Amino acid sequence: MTSGVSIRGKRRVTAVIIGAGHAGLAMSRCLGERSIDHVVLERGEVANSWKTERWDSLTLLTPNWQSRLPGFRYEGNDPDGFRTMPETIAFIERYANAISAPVRPHTRVESVRAGDDGYEVATTQGVWECRTVVLATGACNLAQVPAVAAAVPREITALTTMQYRNPDQLENAGVLVVGASASGIQIADEVQRSGRPVTLAVGEHVRVPRVYRGKDIQWWMDAAGVLDERYDQVEDLARARNVASLQLAGYPDRRTIDLNALSSLSVKLVGRLAGISDGKAQFSGSLRNVCALADLKMNRLLGTLDEWATAHGFDDEVPAAQRFEPTEVEASPQLLLDLTRGQIKTIVWATGFRPDYSWLHVPVLDRKGRVRHDGGVVESPGMYLIGTPFLRRRKSTLIDGARDDARDLSAHLASYLGSRTPVSRIESSALSQ
Amino acid sequence: MSTVEKSVNNGVNVGALLGAREALTKAPEAAQFKWRATVKWVNGTHSQSTVEGFYGLGAEQKHKTSFSFDADHPQIFASEDKGATPVELVLAGLASCLTAGVAAVAQLREIQLRSVSATLEAGMDIRGILGADADVRNGFDGVKVTYSIDADASPDDIKALVAQSQKRSAVYDIITNPTNVTVEVQ
Repeated sequence: MTSGVSIRGKRRVTAVIIGAGHAGLAMSRCLGERSIDHVVLERGEVANSWKTERWDSLTLLTPNWQSRLPGFRYEGNDPDGFRTMPETIAFIERYANAISAPVRPHTRVESVRAGDDGYEVATTQGVWECRTVVLATGACNLAQVPAVAAAVPREITALTTMQYRNPDQLENAGVLVVGASASGIQIADEVQRSGRPVTLAVGEHVRVPRVYRGKDIQWWMDAAGVLDERYDQVEDLARARNVASLQLAGYPDRRTIDLNALSSLSVKLVGRLAGISDGKAQFSGSLRNVCALADLKMNRLLGTLDEWATAHGFDDEVPAAQRFEPTEVEASPQLLLDLTRGQIKTIVWATGFRPDYSWLHVPVLDRKGRVRHDGGVVESPGMYLIGTPFLRRRKSTLIDGARDDARDLSAHLASYLGSRTPVSRIESSALSQ
Repeated sequence: MSTVEKSVNNGVNVGALLGAREALTKAPEAAQFKWRATVKWVNGTHSQSTVEGFYGLGAEQKHKTSFSFDADHPQIFASEDKGATPVELVLAGLASCLTAGVAAVAQLREIQLRSVSATLEAGMDIRGILGADADVRNGFDGVKVTYSIDADASPDDIKALVAQSQKRSAVYDIITNPTNVTVEVQ
């Protein structure tokens, strides 16, 4: 594999992959299998986000067996365990080595523009010209903080989940955690356990048990095909791509951290943070309904899994179907919280992430700054996207999703190259749609 | 292949609603509406509000006819009771908004409704509006809505209809979340 020929100070390569996380590396492996010469440009080091932008106790939310990458699977003795951050980093590094990925570390992409024959990728280490480019920079580059953050009183310390490391970092006083998806519930749990009383602002969320009928929820969703649901089959794709992360944690005791579990630790549940006025946080009166929505949705998922178990003769192998207690909401949840009285000293914004495409100077972004694409095939020919929620399948959100997505998209990429240069035709199988 | 006629009919044109959603996603300017009402004081606590015109889809629009609403207070407030209290009109607004949502969501989910009714109750400590206790708020201390729905669906599917209706309701949002209000005098 060549790693670029220099012409007039610019290096030329067939494909540039931007980002050496699991998705970019999976794509590298698939392009390598097809002998498509490429480089993987990485702003820092392999698995950079995992190294620098995650809190201390975070683990993967999917079991070890589930991170199946092209040509690489788990062979350790704890398939049902959850990788810690150092283990996740080591896993991705091992993958990069195993597939001999042509990674260029410490090469930050400064711009991607249309070039004479494809794209021109300018980096801190010089310019690459390429016919195809793969955006594998991930969905979580920037913390998404609501506009209301501007009204937080000055005496409050505000942190995003990218800045949060552990409870010791916080003042020994009350903490308002905003957002009750995967990050918010885990942070609420550990901060409350550290003795700092947590108020948790809860908007729409997705409730699931960690373990159902003796098996991990991810095992069920994988086995029953829920994770394989395709982007062109789902009813409302925009909503599916926007849906909040599952309320899951990956602790060794496999405990479920739902709102009932947090209430039993004395975490105070309030509605979505709707505003801050005169130093007072205002919470929406919709807490009961968002909890009802999440309970109903969880029961529909469990119903789907139960039907699958019955249809596949699996009922005798696992404990009987069960339903969990509805989320308990107190009669009159608090609507106002004075942030100026010293009771709360910290706000943690666990309000999601967004990608950063400020370097992408090709007109492929919609008015909300999202890349316009059809299952990862970006509108601009030769450009691909990988590693974002529900890109091609429900599991595209997971490390495990990169396997099928990289196979599909590398096939499309090869076919694109083949259709443009019949001389050096590459064996290709076009996408089946 | 033959097309099966959808027999579910709740009188909601879901096709038009979905079409509007798609069109307005592409043209967000057309989605900017202005709702309007006018009010005239009649006498005492009695006033009459009228709605007729509004703005939307990039142009001035009109109801088929104008609608008027009398508001007053009951006799125990030493008023003449010429109409509903304003807070009851708020409850009526919430009730109608949620119920319209139930019908629309049911149509979308192909659930035939046979009957839908609800009772609403809102608690209020009137020492707030009387200025008798500064710690008591003027507005409701809570709103309770109880639906009774007869439809071709499981109890959980009916609960999901009502939950989704709240999620998409304008008046529910107006009541549960703060809104900036600017009142000026000409």
